Amino acid sequence: MARISYRKAINQALEQEMARDPNVILMGIDVGGGSGGSGDVGSVGGVMGVTKGLYPRFGPDRVIDTPISESAIIGAAAGAAVTGMRPVAELMFVDFLGVCLDQIYNQAAKFRYMFGGKARTPLVIRTMGGAGMRAGAQHSQMLHPILTMIPGLKVVMPSSPYDAKGLLIRAIRDDDPVVFLESKALYDMKGEVPEEAYEIPFGEANWLREGPDATIVAFGAMVPRAMQAADALAKDGVRVTVLDPRTTSPLDEDAILESVEDTGRLIVVDESPPRCSLAADVAALAASRAFGALKAPVGMVTCPHTPVPFAPNLEDAYMPSVERIVAAVQATL
Amino acid sequence: MQLSRDDLKRAYTAMFTIRAFEERVEKEFADGTIPGFAHVYLGQEASGVGVCFDLTDDDWIGSTHRGHGHCIAKGCEIEGMFLEIMGREGGICGGKGGSMHIADMDKGMLGANAIVGGSPPLAVGAALTQKLRGTDRVAVAFSGDGASNQGTTLEAMNMAVILKVPMIFVFENNGYGEFTASDYSVGAASLADRAAAFGMPAQTVDGADFFAVHAAMRDALEHARSGRGPYTLETRCSRFLGHFVGDPQKYRGPEELAEARANDPISRFRDRVGEAALLDMAELDEIESAVRARVDAAAAAAREAPMPSLATLETDVYVKY
Ligand SMILES: Cc1ncc(C[n+]2csc(CCOP(=O)(O)OP(=O)(O)O)c2C)c(N)n1
Ligand SMILES: [Mg+2]
Repeated sequence: MARISYRKAINQALEQEMARDPNVILMGIDVGGGSGGSGDVGSVGGVMGVTKGLYPRFGPDRVIDTPISESAIIGAAAGAAVTGMRPVAELMFVDFLGVCLDQIYNQAAKFRYMFGGKARTPLVIRTMGGAGMRAGAQHSQMLHPILTMIPGLKVVMPSSPYDAKGLLIRAIRDDDPVVFLESKALYDMKGEVPEEAYEIPFGEANWLREGPDATIVAFGAMVPRAMQAADALAKDGVRVTVLDPRTTSPLDEDAILESVEDTGRLIVVDESPPRCSLAADVAALAASRAFGALKAPVGMVTCPHTPVPFAPNLEDAYMPSVERIVAAVQATL
Repeated sequence: MQLSRDDLKRAYTAMFTIRAFEERVEKEFADGTIPGFAHVYLGQEASGVGVCFDLTDDDWIGSTHRGHGHCIAKGCEIEGMFLEIMGREGGICGGKGGSMHIADMDKGMLGANAIVGGSPPLAVGAALTQKLRGTDRVAVAFSGDGASNQGTTLEAMNMAVILKVPMIFVFENNGYGEFTASDYSVGAASLADRAAAFGMPAQTVDGADFFAVHAAMRDALEHARSGRGPYTLETRCSRFLGHFVGDPQKYRGPEELAEARANDPISRFRDRVGEAALLDMAELDEIESAVRARVDAAAAAAREAPMPSLATLETDVYVKY
């Protein structure tokens, strides 16, 4: 199996699905890049190079460079989706959700329910989030809690190249609107990825490691950190389970509850301010459905209730670190 | 309207400060002392300086991700700016903002803005404050050609017209939004035409010519201050570098890149004042060396400055909580 990057895995999923289904189109700012310019058109492939090579292969009708107009990008993709296409719209940074949220939550996410089950909206919104890149308060957020609470929307947070490819293919083939939230800190992460197309189902957690002492639930870029924490704890003889739910909506509640019943200790690692976060959501799940199994208070390792700071030392302190995860596990023992 | 010798020196100082500052940013970025991204204003100096030349600290500007030039033109101190973009203690925003968020409320600088189209609605509000309080101050929203396509910008233009607020929309059209040409992304013949459709007067000017920008801005200010509502200026600029420092720019052909560099607002200013014998070249050279020395000292001091205290991570989220 080839070892490829998270970035390349996403690119491969897009290329294979576009080749398979002519209804799959891409649209977004600079997804081709260079339109109207005096140099190479389509040579850019997105600000992170994720869609590189797709414009030369599929052309301007299927890889559509758009103006900087997020409401129109997302709304047009939703409108195309509900009328028969399978658009993959790119919202360059998830921070720009603020510009286009209406088209997502009042429009795309509600069509099926409001229309009495008569609509299908196979829309994928690819977007990226996360801190650590020194990008400042308006380019570093994750915002998955805001998306996860919207009924009608599915939310995917891939944490490895293998998952990124399989989950994106699943998202494109899904008949509901899906936000595919990439972690920009992971684009260069490498891993084994099959060449052929494959799907990873939504709502099924990945059991990355099994151990009897505690359960760590982590999302997106926090998953590799949780694994590092698990390694560090193993050196002290503490063996933990690490669960990656892969999708925050639907959420694999059964896997989380099953593991908590086994270990009796739960630590949730979430790249988000704590209030109304996935950490709070999963902690509430355990408190309401596995209270009897809990041997210690649930540990929540999150960001503080602040915007993301710019200065590197402040930003590092903002992020849940491996040390904080280790300490949170130890506090439950 | 003839500018005095002092005015000309002030204009050149501001323009050259932007030039030297941004060249230093390019270098510091290559050295790794500037975290994150840097979008520089090289090639657009005459636009920001021409627009801000007659503004005071009580007039407001809203800026963009390419905001260093606007900050300098509006009077922000470069010492605090270097500290800020290097994420150090003592930065204009305490190191919490960074290059794309420099704001200085004492100088009427409402912030650079990392959300394209973020500033125009805010500037409408700043202009509304002036209208309601009966001041003769104005608000300016700087936007790029790319930002001209954002819904927030278009909504702000209409609202400014119907509320008749004292505001100027400045579109710095440098031909590109990131890697996409405005010839492709803007469906109207010119941004000034769009403004006319919203019901406000507009001018398109050569954004590399300080004198042209300044003269047009005087018209805009007169209009806005006389209670007739907003005005639009489109300044046609060239972007010397890529979208960000380090952008390889394959989407621009070599001829176009050479042309962009040739249309240099700094040399055009020098030529103009030289031909008209308004200032000696020696005077301009003196300004340049003084500016370079100040920029070098500010950057060197910022490199040595401490990081912000970790105690500041959780301060200033609210006034009171
Ligand atoms: C809402 C939003 N969409 C997209 C971006 C990404 N982005 C940053 S700058 C930029 C291009 C802006 O172009 P323009 O307005 O012409 O300004 P210029 O860079 O040319 O100064 C884009 C697309 C953003 N920051 N915010
Ligand atoms: Mg532009």
